[in-house]
Amino acid sequence: MTSRIRNSLLATTVLSLAALPVAAPSAWAETPDYAAMYPISADVPGVCSFEAIDARDYSGRTLNIITHAIPVIGEPTALHAAQFAELTGATVNVVHVPFGDLFQRIMIPFQTGQAAYDALFFPSLWLGDFNPYLAPVPEAYRETQGMQDLTATYRGVATWNNEMLLYTMDGDRHYMKYRADIFDNPDMQARFEQETGRALTPPATWEEYNEIAAVFSGWDWDGDGQPNFGTAEVTQRDDLMFSAFISRVAGYAKNPDVTGGFFFDLETMEPLVNTPGWVRGLEMFVAAQASMPPGGTNFGLGDEIFSFGGGQTLMSYSWDDAFIQAQQEDSPIRNSVMPTALPGSTEVWNRNTGEWETFAEPNRPGYVTWGWTSAVAGSSQNQDMAFDFLCFFANEANTESDMQVGRYGVNPYRESHFEAAFYEDELGWTPEVSQAYVETLRGIDENPNRVFDLRVPGVGEFMSSLAAGVARAQAGTATPQQALDDVADEWRAIVDRIGADTIRAAYANVVALEDAR
Amino acid sequence: MYRQKYLFLTPGLIALVAIILFPLLFTIRVSFSGWDVYNPGLSWKGGQNFSRLMADSRYWAALGRLSVMAVGTVLIQYVLGFALALLVWRDVIARRFFRVLFLVPMMTTPVIMSVIWRTIFHESLGPLNPIIRGLGLPGVPWLSDPVWAFVAVMLVEIWQWTPFMFLLLLAGLLSLPSEPYLAARIDGAGPVRTFFSVTFPGLAAISVGAIVIRLIEASKILDTVYVMTSGGPGESTETASYYIYIRGLRDFQIGYSAALSIIYLVIMIVALTIIAKLLVRFLVRPAP
Repeated sequence: MTSRIRNSLLATTVLSLAALPVAAPSAWAETPDYAAMYPISADVPGVCSFEAIDARDYSGRTLNIITHAIPVIGEPTALHAAQFAELTGATVNVVHVPFGDLFQRIMIPFQTGQAAYDALFFPSLWLGDFNPYLAPVPEAYRETQGMQDLTATYRGVATWNNEMLLYTMDGDRHYMKYRADIFDNPDMQARFEQETGRALTPPATWEEYNEIAAVFSGWDWDGDGQPNFGTAEVTQRDDLMFSAFISRVAGYAKNPDVTGGFFFDLETMEPLVNTPGWVRGLEMFVAAQASMPPGGTNFGLGDEIFSFGGGQTLMSYSWDDAFIQAQQEDSPIRNSVMPTALPGSTEVWNRNTGEWETFAEPNRPGYVTWGWTSAVAGSSQNQDMAFDFLCFFANEANTESDMQVGRYGVNPYRESHFEAAFYEDELGWTPEVSQAYVETLRGIDENPNRVFDLRVPGVGEFMSSLAAGVARAQAGTATPQQALDDVADEWRAIVDRIGADTIRAAYANVVALEDAR
Repeated sequence: MYRQKYLFLTPGLIALVAIILFPLLFTIRVSFSGWDVYNPGLSWKGGQNFSRLMADSRYWAALGRLSVMAVGTVLIQYVLGFALALLVWRDVIARRFFRVLFLVPMMTTPVIMSVIWRTIFHESLGPLNPIIRGLGLPGVPWLSDPVWAFVAVMLVEIWQWTPFMFLLLLAGLLSLPSEPYLAARIDGAGPVRTFFSVTFPGLAAISVGAIVIRLIEASKILDTVYVMTSGGPGESTETASYYIYIRGLRDFQIGYSAALSIIYLVIMIVALTIIAKLLVRFLVRPAP
């Protein structure tokens, strides 16, 4: 027995000594200083940290990624793909696709059974179309610190039929931005009060928004020698205008006391887009055109960003981009802008009673819209590597770094992102702006009355039809009621073609998010 | 032995079938399917897509708009191209420089130039309106007014493709024999008479070719509309090709967009055949 133990010890010692020259360099070497090698402030320990990914070896394997064009999401994808390749030895191919082509470039391989891409980046509202083709996020990744830190809202957005299919790496919502320096200016306040008979305050309703926009349109209120205007909105038909329109509608049509659907009546699958709340929203959207800058009725998202971010307009609403643009270090209006919740309405349509209800406080629903996201294809032969990549992309160090670059399009989605100190210390925002930003975003997350995107099969077709109808009303070729009646007819035809039960089953996921509170 | 000669045609025939016929036949098959975002594959839907198409007023309006845009731009391109070709045909100072200069727009990438023109026409940030206002005229709602947006798209098309007309017509002018001009001069014909009796008839055949080729290209206009207006305001600049693009690649109605494409193709073949015949009948004189 003693001899056997002695022999075992001897063998173990010999093996250990033999292994020593191989193991020693990695075991004894100091951990590399990743902050010096990559654009991060510090590596954050975890399953997907730089150190953990550095320990993986994917030499000889290839990861194919499809993502948006540079810069929005496309640029951080390219950056982290290169880092991932360097750390793991994998060959990483990144295909950048303009937004207009992204859907079909992902969908055609899905439908034809090709494993063209392992990891995919796309807007989260396409989940209604893509869900049959995606691999669920494995438990090991759902348990990571970064995933555990997701807000309930974005965890819900990533989930489909109680299964997490999306790897969250961005959080988007619509909110309003305004020029606080003008709103706080006594001369401007006096002028506004003289013209309207009321005090100048950030608008709580769309009626107030349009009124303020009208007063501050067509004259030089910032003293730069150029005329300024009241509002910049996304109005170009096929450039995300439908999202702007839904923001305009939500206050009138998303009654907090009515459950069971905002776009459709979940029970009957009858479209609600031509109900009085939606029509009122469109009327206000059309009326606001008079207070837009020249060309403002054809503004895409980029125009809206540069119009508000460049100081041309007093107010705007959409995603973070225009606000972040205004807050860039070289911006002339840095720290002169403020975020706040979307305006709403004191009159809200109740489709159950078929009447308008009057609210003492304006109804201001939160609109959780879009949000870039990522996923792994179910047909991928490299799911392990693909999930590692997405986990690495969204690790704490990378996310903190990405959120500091406005053009990357990565916005807060974790509990830890709602710390005002981060924006104050890292981005140089004033305490007031930082606090307002965090409170506005947090307020949307915690709002009991919220609207989510229509995440059902054929969402592109539904939104394309909606945008075309709204554009007809904007161009004056149809009244708001006519335009939305036409949209409702088209929506019925789409529902008939795809199948009411199919769309209902998908829409139930959206309604569940909206009615959760 | 005699029949074996057909074997030599086989590679060419295979290439022809693979490159031209197969995609066309496949598109026809897809046009009878319900392939969309939720129902992939070649399910058989009979003529449903075609009956839906007949009632699709947006498609027919887009087709009408396209006709106006294509015919209008090509005619203007022809006139301008002819004028420019005449300008540098004869000995003028820096003739070679101008010949190259006139070709520059055609050599640029359409989608990039559309972005540039969109910036130029931008009513808030673009340089064009300040220039117009500097002349004491009011700014023009280039991209936000339905009529002006249509005009703006046409202007870009004319700017980009006039050089094509210029190139073909200049080549035609350079190939004209000098004897008819000598005879015209001896007969005492002035420049106008010489143009209509000698130059224009001499270029009639090449003119027909240039116009038909440009009409084919102009009828596919997509990138300029996509970048500059997205078919708006409203639907004022939505052309048939852009509408097919929306239905096919945005809405992912593959079956329906295939039906739209097939009908579009048939209409184009018929229309262009008629136009070509009419042009030949009225412009090209039979040889004496």
